[in-house]
Amino acid sequence: MRIPEIDFMAHRRLAMGISIALVLLSLVALAVRGISFGLDFTGGVLVEIGFDQDMEPEGVRVLLEQSGYEDSVVQNFGDASTLLVRMPTQEGRDQASLGNELLALVKAEHGSADLRRIDFIGPVVGEELREQGGLAVLVALAVVMLYIMFRFTGKFSVGAVIALVHDIAIAVGAFAIFGWSFDLSVLAAMLAVIGYSLNDTIVVSDRIRENFRLLRRSSPIEVINTSLNQTLGRTLVTSLTTLLVLVSLLLVGGEQLRGFAAALTIGVVVGSYSSIYVAATTLLLLKVNRSSLVVAEQKAE
Amino acid sequence: MALGSLIGDRLIRMGRDADPSAPEDFRLRFAILVLALVLGVIYAAPNLFTPDYALQLRSVVSDGRLSPQLEGRVTEALTSRGIAIKSSEYVPDRLLVRFASGDEQLRAKSILEAWLNRDETRYVVALNLASTTPAWLERLGGKPMSLGLDLSGGIHFLLEVDLDSAVRDRLEADAENFRRVLRDNRLRYQAAEEWLVEDSLQVAFMDAATRDAAEDALADTAAEYEVQAATVRGLAGLELRLRTEELDEIRDYAMSQNLASLRNRVNELGVSEPLVQAAGRSRIIVDLPGVQDSADAKRILNKFANLEFRLVAGPDVSAARTERYEYEGREVVLERSNIVTGDRVTNAVQNFDPETSAPQVSIDLDGVGGELMNQATRSNVGNQMGIIFIEREPKATRRMVDGEEEVSFETVEKRRVINVATIQSALGYRFRITGLGLGEARDLALLLRAGALAVPMYIVEERTVGASLGQENIERGALSMMIGMALVVVFMLAFYKVFGVAAVIALALNLTLLTAIMSVLGATLTLPGIAGVVLTVGMAVDANVLIFSRIKEELARSPPQLAIRAGFERALLTILDANVTTFFVAIILLTIGSGPVKGFAVTLSIGILTSVFTAVVGTRSLIHLVYGRRTVRRLAI
Repeated sequence: MRIPEIDFMAHRRLAMGISIALVLLSLVALAVRGISFGLDFTGGVLVEIGFDQDMEPEGVRVLLEQSGYEDSVVQNFGDASTLLVRMPTQEGRDQASLGNELLALVKAEHGSADLRRIDFIGPVVGEELREQGGLAVLVALAVVMLYIMFRFTGKFSVGAVIALVHDIAIAVGAFAIFGWSFDLSVLAAMLAVIGYSLNDTIVVSDRIRENFRLLRRSSPIEVINTSLNQTLGRTLVTSLTTLLVLVSLLLVGGEQLRGFAAALTIGVVVGSYSSIYVAATTLLLLKVNRSSLVVAEQKAE
Repeated sequence: MALGSLIGDRLIRMGRDADPSAPEDFRLRFAILVLALVLGVIYAAPNLFTPDYALQLRSVVSDGRLSPQLEGRVTEALTSRGIAIKSSEYVPDRLLVRFASGDEQLRAKSILEAWLNRDETRYVVALNLASTTPAWLERLGGKPMSLGLDLSGGIHFLLEVDLDSAVRDRLEADAENFRRVLRDNRLRYQAAEEWLVEDSLQVAFMDAATRDAAEDALADTAAEYEVQAATVRGLAGLELRLRTEELDEIRDYAMSQNLASLRNRVNELGVSEPLVQAAGRSRIIVDLPGVQDSADAKRILNKFANLEFRLVAGPDVSAARTERYEYEGREVVLERSNIVTGDRVTNAVQNFDPETSAPQVSIDLDGVGGELMNQATRSNVGNQMGIIFIEREPKATRRMVDGEEEVSFETVEKRRVINVATIQSALGYRFRITGLGLGEARDLALLLRAGALAVPMYIVEERTVGASLGQENIERGALSMMIGMALVVVFMLAFYKVFGVAAVIALALNLTLLTAIMSVLGATLTLPGIAGVVLTVGMAVDANVLIFSRIKEELARSPPQLAIRAGFERALLTILDANVTTFFVAIILLTIGSGPVKGFAVTLSIGILTSVFTAVVGTRSLIHLVYGRRTVRRLAI
């Protein structure tokens, strides 16, 4: 296999346009639709019930409403014979036994109802999980930024940060656009995306820096193109193997891992793309050249 | 310099020392690899032995000893009903009976529960998955990974202990004492008002002189309080606050008492490997693997049941010292003070009255309780005694207050007289209580044995996973693991040929080590944890890819042996760098995250460590084995 010679930077304006469009779309979706947070963060009750035949969600929803339970959301989950009932905590009722009451009610009507799962998150715990989650994201970003400050210098760190923000914005944006439920496992996936996105950028940026030293006669665009071509094989193979396992998780991992696998899949695809285009294009926009590297290195000494 | 780079430099130096031209050091690396492989295989091995379906039998009587004949009787009872026992053995305090299938296990459970407890509740029968790990492996410390509740099925509760109510109870009890001291000293205080104001006691006096006298009078009784002169409701008053050490002690006591009682209750539920542990200052985690009925579990865990024994008031007892109850449609007047309460019970067993076959509870009192009961009944032979049954159920309800959501905690208390009987003779330490339904009698016996909760608790989180979903999660996890792995293996072999073989072997070693470390650490495998392992499979290849692409590049300018060496060395720094960020994130998730996040973080962080190790030590040794000792013209890369 030979190292390819693709002129990545020739398309950088198109790529930049796409990136900006995607990020803007994500931001608009976040502002307009918002994220639909899962039970972990909102609090409430969730009951997953399996039946021995296909079930219409509407029938169960009406049943619950008639029995005085408000604001329940009933939907098929995974297949037509499984229902997922979600409900906020009800006024004036004992919260902790809501799930059992729901189940008993459905069971009385449909004898085949089999409990698959009850999740109950009290309002206080939901709030704590929100805070903890937010804290985890902040700490992760802070640690990663600190690491970028140590690891990269000057314009390279700007490129890495922009690539990181780009990846997270698009991955979170996708959840807003498609209205997918954002729960604890998705949060974990997003944090893994932060780590993954950066590791791709590090490998590419390192090569660019190395090549600025080695290829003294080349222009910045040439240096970046060479570096991207050299690392392309690795970027593709790594992303591909990671995508292979993620696809297998998406297809057979079940409903509970779907959001997690989707977040990582989007993160890996966007992360690989951004390590090629976003970080490198930022370097060019900042007019990176050999001298900026030398100055930066002197500073670092 | 970055952390990764610092470590990288050191490893590069180590790497240089260990180049193929210095065989001694290659041997060292190879020895490390073999050692890791052997340890990995040994400690991962227990996971290969599928556990047996088993039942655990335990006596509910407090000394907990099982009769040596039990094993034979159980075997006979089951075989006569057509259930084959695989094996049975005594483990400390318990009899463990193994079965060949889950179906037999369930049938045996219901048979044994009915048969062993036909006269009275004497045994708890718990479902269990008994390890089949060979003894020699167990002696080496080998044990299988434990499965999280989302895989095994079961219930997770997070309970909030109402510590404020423990403090309030104490304040109210002390206030009663303080009032007595003031009355004894003839110091007049504003009697109509409640003393308890938030977390302090406040009392108002007629004038400052009385207040000062009261402060002196209370000095001894209120030693655990900080007493301050204050203006209370516009009058000269005192404010009493419990000292911080005292507050801590009350809270610690309430927590440990509730924990102890919960542990006892959980044991009574028939759960084989429950987890009851404090989480933070005021919370308790209860994990009940295998339990399906969360309504039933809640009824037992959260409930408070007690008894009060009182004399039926005679005509000369003043009305202020009596309480009226309804019993069998008529009114009974009981004295307000208890002879004794259920707190003095050392053992309680539900059984049946031999004459009427009605359910009853046989009770043993402790020394003090027996003495009190004896004294009270001796002087009241011919009079009547009533027994009050008290149930408390904590409820947390949501209310909207001025548009704001508010959760209020309250305890619903029900008391009723269950028995009024004429005292025939002086009672002692043991007696029987009738007048309860079967379910009530069973619960009462259980709760009296387990000990009362010091303060109410409220469930703030529940995650119940049914057995069918748990099994499905295991299957789905295993399937996505296998498919993902197969895809990666095929790809690596097709793309990298001989080097691909090395990478695939490294991947196998990686997974073995990951399993071994998880098992040894006693980490719990959850569904997100499996996702973490699957992700590790995909990402672990990266280190090998980095090495291989460097070697490919080096091949352009150096002969194969040199290219291999340079490739490994130059890739090392990048490998560390690339993994360090994900590792940081995994550690953050591990420290801050909870529940599903934690399971993922555990496998992800261990996976990163084993990936780097296998790539740096494993792949390199393998490549050396293939190409190291001969002159190579072409590399199959």
